[in-house]
Amino acid sequence: MYKYDEYDQQMVDTRVEEFRDQVRRRLAGDLTEDQFKPLRLQNGLYLQLHAYMLRVAVPYGTLNSEQMTVLGDIADKYDRGYGHFTTRTNIQYNWIKLEDTPDALADLAKVEMHAIQTSGNCIRNISSDQYAGASADEVVDPRPYAELLRQWSSFHPEFLVLPRKFKIAVIASETDRAAMRLHDIGIQLVKDAQGQVGAVFYVGGGMGRTPFIAKKIREFVPIDQMITYAEACVRVYNRYGRRDNKYKARIKILVHELGLEAYSKEVDEEFAHLLTQPIEPPLAELERIQAMFADPAFETGLSDEIELSDPDFRLWVERNSFAHKAPGYAIANVSLKPIGGIPGDATSDQIRLMARLAKDYSFDELRVTHAQNIVFPHVKKSDLFALWQELVKADLATPNLDTVGDIIACPGLDYCALANARSIPVAQKISERFGSARRQAEIGELKLKISGCINACGHHHAGHIGILGVDKKGKENYQLLLGGSEGADTSLAKITGPGFDEDGVVDATEKAIEVYLANKQGDERFLDTYRRIGMAPFKEAIYG
Amino acid sequence: MVDVQFRFRDDEAVNDPAITVSGFTEQSNATAVRIEPGDDARELLPALDRLALVEVAFPSWTDGRGYSSARILREAGYTGELRATGDLVIDMLHHLRRCGFDAFAPEKPLNPKDAEVAFTRWENVYQATAVDGRQPIWAKRHGA
Repeated sequence: MYKYDEYDQQMVDTRVEEFRDQVRRRLAGDLTEDQFKPLRLQNGLYLQLHAYMLRVAVPYGTLNSEQMTVLGDIADKYDRGYGHFTTRTNIQYNWIKLEDTPDALADLAKVEMHAIQTSGNCIRNISSDQYAGASADEVVDPRPYAELLRQWSSFHPEFLVLPRKFKIAVIASETDRAAMRLHDIGIQLVKDAQGQVGAVFYVGGGMGRTPFIAKKIREFVPIDQMITYAEACVRVYNRYGRRDNKYKARIKILVHELGLEAYSKEVDEEFAHLLTQPIEPPLAELERIQAMFADPAFETGLSDEIELSDPDFRLWVERNSFAHKAPGYAIANVSLKPIGGIPGDATSDQIRLMARLAKDYSFDELRVTHAQNIVFPHVKKSDLFALWQELVKADLATPNLDTVGDIIACPGLDYCALANARSIPVAQKISERFGSARRQAEIGELKLKISGCINACGHHHAGHIGILGVDKKGKENYQLLLGGSEGADTSLAKITGPGFDEDGVVDATEKAIEVYLANKQGDERFLDTYRRIGMAPFKEAIYG
Repeated sequence: MVDVQFRFRDDEAVNDPAITVSGFTEQSNATAVRIEPGDDARELLPALDRLALVEVAFPSWTDGRGYSSARILREAGYTGELRATGDLVIDMLHHLRRCGFDAFAPEKPLNPKDAEVAFTRWENVYQATAVDGRQPIWAKRHGA
């Protein structure tokens, strides 16, 4: 894992000081709320319906157990004993007091954490594959490249007030686990015929009210030009991105309106110019970072056998674990989606328990996923049973990864000032409706995603089943969408028809699932069946 | 005209009236020009050696186009005064400076003490902007 040196530490400490000063000026009345807002946002501090919300960055979703422990402690010290893991692999606290935030940030800085650029119209936290460094299918570990981008984008003087927020994801396998093509810039690391690492660049993806799948803009950027190319992409966006309408300000609209070719030509010109400027860090810097991401000391000669006589344990292993690159090891997922629970929420005790378990069983490492779950990346197969037993006691062993119960949901109208409808109760009802393990096994992989407004923080466009909460004449109304995906086969979901009330959308979801089960061929997932038979049979069952 | 509150140059202050970018490209003898957010700074590049002052307007500090304009001019070798004007706030001074601005004319004067702190707060920087003369952290790490 990455370790700060004196410079990184100083940057984060200086930011805490700066923010403390901004809060002081705000509380003293030297800054109006209007002036303070863009400043606090660059520190992840939102003003929500009931209180301030603080969003803490988890760069590329990677944490050690000390950091995770502090996340739990902050929930107790400054909040109401819980936190919410987000689709950008960050964590949010919903009940923060403005005057406490500098102290909370100081606590975070002590364990090399921060809330820098987790909001605002700037380059946000760089996200990556939650199985990085552990799965067999990656070309390289993408995290060192993400760290290089983190440093480049942190306090980048030219790009702190872009037209709109800017999200970057970096992956290094064909299996996309990070929704890469739904980012402003998506980077896939590849190797060319000579074995040289390079970056495939995608631009202009995003969800929100006008979703777009990112388009490939460059097939192979040599790795010692990656930062320069990213800088060219963002500079062109800063120049031409719309500022007259915040709903049309994301780079996806620019690329769409200008056309990929025209945008790409501008980037090429800027790239050629920027290559003449000494802005690219030397490869030695990448190598310095890579050394910190070396594999932990995996034991050798381990057995791949797992004793599966306990049926509940077996179910959890089959559903929530994933193949590891090292023999005798597995990747274990903790679902933060207990039946009837709030997706992505964890109590301070649960957070600290996961921290301890990471230390005991996973080389001190944890990951946060964009599906709002937690991963123990390196668990010995012979330890899985002991790990599972501890998780069961803390209600963290729900065996529902990637099933209908593993719902992505935004905080919705229960917390968010932008929401039109509540997301959480719908998620809870669906989770309960399909709660039985048998039912979930029968349905198999089904990614269900719920947003409480068209800003799409709950990724409804990318759900095999998506639900979008809207306001219909002062009442909460829910639209149903089908056929989205965020993987290597990224697609955007289509709306089925008129919306429903809260119970109605749960019933409609069930009808859609019944159509799938009745039409399923062989091993088809819900998404495969939908793609084969199309929308019509679903529509008929739901509205007929 | 708004007064320059902070200036990091030793030469004489330039007080020529600044004209618009389109005016400048049509008229050859002006020495001061004013860039508005929608203007393309690259239009000035052929005539940089004639310019003594470029003003970059920030009608709102949250419109960040002026940062790119400044850096583009400096990257192309402009050495004259580069002045940020308009809705400047304390917290952007450091970043403006890094993009090559060396004079600041805020619409409303800023608290000089807070500004001094803002200009000097960041001892280190992650990026090489190539225009602020600062050695980025990666260069210090690798003795470049």
